[in-house]
Amino acid sequence: MSRRDALGVVGKGAGLLSMAALLASCGIAGSAERRGAANIDWATFWKDQKTTKQLNFANWPLYIDSDHGKTVSLELFTKATGIKVNYQPVIQGDASFYATVEPELAAQEVTGYDLMVITNGWYFSQLVENGFLNELDLSKLPNFFKYSSPLVKNPSYDPGNKHSVTWQTGFTGIAYNTKMIKREITSFNDLADPAFKGHVGMMNDNVELGSAALLRMGVDPVSSTMADWKESTKWLEKQRPLVAGYYDQSYISHLENGDTWISQAYSGDIFQANLSGYPHLKYVTPKEGQIVWHDNMVIPRQAQNALSALAWMNFYYTPKIAGIVEDWVSYVCPVPAAQDYILDVIKDPTVANSPLVFPSAQADKLSHSYYIYRDYNDYQSWNDTYNPIIES
Amino acid sequence: MGITFVPIIVMMLYSFNNAPTSRITFAWNGFTTYWYRNLTQVNGLTHAFLISLEVAILSSLISVIVGTPVALALGRFRFWGKGPINAIVFADIAAPAIVVGAASLSFFLSINLNTGLITILIAHVAFNIAYVVVVVRARLSGMDSAIEDAARDLGANAWTTFTKVTLPLIWPGLLAAFLLAFAMSVDDYVITSFIAGSTVTFPLFVYGAAKVGLPPQVLCFGTLIFLVGLIVALANGALNRHQLARATTEDSLAAPAQPVSSS
Amino acid sequence: MSTDLIEPARPAYRQPSWLRRHSPPYWLSLVGGGWMLLFFLIPLASGLIVSLETGNPVSGYTLTWNWHIYSQLFVHSDIPYTTFFIRSLYYGIATTILSILIAYPMAYFIAFRVSVRWKSPLILLVLLSFFVSFVIRTDMWSFVLAQQGFVITTLHKLHLVSSNFHILGTSTAVIGGDIYNNLPFMVLPIYVALERIDRRILEAARDLYSNGRQVFIRVVLPLSRAGIFAGVLLVFITTAGDPVNSSLLGGVGTYTIGQAIQDSYLTNQQFNVAAALSTVLMVILGIIMFAYATIFGTENLENLV
Repeated sequence: MSRRDALGVVGKGAGLLSMAALLASCGIAGSAERRGAANIDWATFWKDQKTTKQLNFANWPLYIDSDHGKTVSLELFTKATGIKVNYQPVIQGDASFYATVEPELAAQEVTGYDLMVITNGWYFSQLVENGFLNELDLSKLPNFFKYSSPLVKNPSYDPGNKHSVTWQTGFTGIAYNTKMIKREITSFNDLADPAFKGHVGMMNDNVELGSAALLRMGVDPVSSTMADWKESTKWLEKQRPLVAGYYDQSYISHLENGDTWISQAYSGDIFQANLSGYPHLKYVTPKEGQIVWHDNMVIPRQAQNALSALAWMNFYYTPKIAGIVEDWVSYVCPVPAAQDYILDVIKDPTVANSPLVFPSAQADKLSHSYYIYRDYNDYQSWNDTYNPIIES
Repeated sequence: MGITFVPIIVMMLYSFNNAPTSRITFAWNGFTTYWYRNLTQVNGLTHAFLISLEVAILSSLISVIVGTPVALALGRFRFWGKGPINAIVFADIAAPAIVVGAASLSFFLSINLNTGLITILIAHVAFNIAYVVVVVRARLSGMDSAIEDAARDLGANAWTTFTKVTLPLIWPGLLAAFLLAFAMSVDDYVITSFIAGSTVTFPLFVYGAAKVGLPPQVLCFGTLIFLVGLIVALANGALNRHQLARATTEDSLAAPAQPVSSS
Repeated sequence: MSTDLIEPARPAYRQPSWLRRHSPPYWLSLVGGGWMLLFFLIPLASGLIVSLETGNPVSGYTLTWNWHIYSQLFVHSDIPYTTFFIRSLYYGIATTILSILIAYPMAYFIAFRVSVRWKSPLILLVLLSFFVSFVIRTDMWSFVLAQQGFVITTLHKLHLVSSNFHILGTSTAVIGGDIYNNLPFMVLPIYVALERIDRRILEAARDLYSNGRQVFIRVVLPLSRAGIFAGVLLVFITTAGDPVNSSLLGGVGTYTIGQAIQDSYLTNQQFNVAAALSTVLMVILGIIMFAYATIFGTENLENLV
């Protein structure tokens, strides 16, 4: 390139910059500025809703029963109500999914979904705070109040179930390969056993990572302080040379192919792995405790088929339907009565008798929830504490 | 060279593996063609595949229509804007996808354009134009511009020259550009992941599904795509043989050189 | 007789206006150039601007000309972005060099040792496996290279590797994946450049007493320079910014700047951090490529695109 060309490029660059500066000087609006409409009279809102024959249901992958591609629970729903379900397993993560629906919700436009499943945590709270969710008409959910487990009634992250009912509950604990590890695994400290060097997996979700480290210290994440967080990173840093990788949900394929011998794990994943040809993988609840989280069904604003969403919520909260779903998904069932259904009708004692799916009261004592952020700076501090461990 | 085929063979093999939990498992559970017979069963997979096809075809068409004039301008004219446009095309091809994706997202956020099908299309055309320009210009430079001059000497205006002379000659270049743009668009993951919003394309679907376990139908789609490509390659080989044979027969049938008659 | 030769009067030929003569190329490039300007160049500049904004996703981002972010990220940060940069550049260089070593023989073979009929089918065949989505291919590799998988257990049985040997989760796996996924970008330009070489030049060289090796080093290699440059350009730049291979095939200690940019955008929603990182990446890559171009000398940008 000749000097004249180079000068020309510089000149054009300056011109471009000023143009872009003009555009971008508007900045990027934050969610606080872009909230949904406030002060809605929900009683009138629900009275005005029309029944429709369509439901657009966004969920996580592998989160509903699937028998060679057929979903019996949805088919039964369609048969009972005439509502056709467009089931979309598009949610890969709370953060990324929130990022996709937030612009539309902030602009008060239709997202295309009537029902979404969001984990309790920062993004769930953001959806609530920004007015992006419809408040539920609880009078239409009698089954929920009749059949749901006390764990999911009136949760701390959504008092009174104003915005959500739980789809699945899950535990995060430790899983290991019994073929490669001959001894019993009982504690988070086993994740830092030098004998497993290069074969340890941890999660790259910093909420899970941090909560595990806090539990190991004997601190309940809900009541933890920033000093606790800093303290917990010391163990994580000591552990790092032993870790093979900080994985997202793909930890399960590393466990299955034998590269990882021991890892943080979701209870349901291990269950499904046992069924698909890996019976030697075992899930354990560490003696220091495990994390419990809830994936919740919510109805976004501007949903076109809000009544259908409520209908599904009510339909789901019965022993039969919850049982059908649970038999496949095998996370923690929010409907205790489904246990009998699975045992007697589906005849699957493995699921019915599993303490992972229908936990005992003792398991509940060992289960702890995530830390609840007070505001964005709090959230940022948590991220700043734990991200350096993962991004290395 | 054979190593490039290892993952393909593995893919084809496991598309026939019976998987009780409807996601691929590398433990062999028995042979089955079930997944092929129920190709469209997976929620969202077929839809994502069709969206990818739609975006690829549209963006390739638009890029060719919009990029060919640029290639013409660069190849046939000498003008002051040539250097900058060359530099832009160069930068467009060279820019790392992650930078382009991140920048496009910032841009769309700043101007408040909602991410989705439109933004995917815009971004795909933006990077495909550069590839089209490069391919068509290469084809143009291989073509003798004297023919165009001859056409103009014979009274054709610019449009007629283009449609009746240039276009038929650079047609293979346009086709190659279309195919290249198609391939770049259909397999694009990084840029699309930034600006897709709630739209799911095939690579996005597969990347997400790979984390929790691919449905076997994905492997079936992959196998089918590979087989289509294989057929095209073999057909190309057969066609080449046919064309070569035809060319040699034509040569031999051509009239032998006339002796120059001296006058 | 002479009346036949008198032609009817015609108006004197007037040259078209300056605008008419000089504007065609601008009209032609209007839409295409405009599209690239609006949706490629301006976003890049916009990325720089966003990097200078401060704020958070809740309260919004405003332009504050915060140049400090650059020192924040590279000097004072808890997260070693500088390490990620150096690591990504290392992956890029390693991948590029190894790609050339692998791709050149392939391209050479098809260009010089194959009959005309089979040239384009063979090239198509090489590129064929790349029609299948690269995510699928990389996932299959991740299965093949697993520690309990076929490859490593066989190597172990042959006592070629120790019992703790693993490929996945290491830089080797990431570089291998990068090489594999970028192979067509190196093979194709080199092949095109080799194809363009007039065979008679090679004959002439031999006539002038060069042996095979000299022909290659002194004639073929320099003539294919533009192809190598194009390949280096594509492969190095793609690899340096790639987040996918390192996330699918890597482990601890393989985190790249591409992953950092992606995570800060999509997971942490720190738009200004992501924009700053990608601006720096672009500038560094631009400088490296410019240096490469000047040192190895390409007369004209046009020759390689």
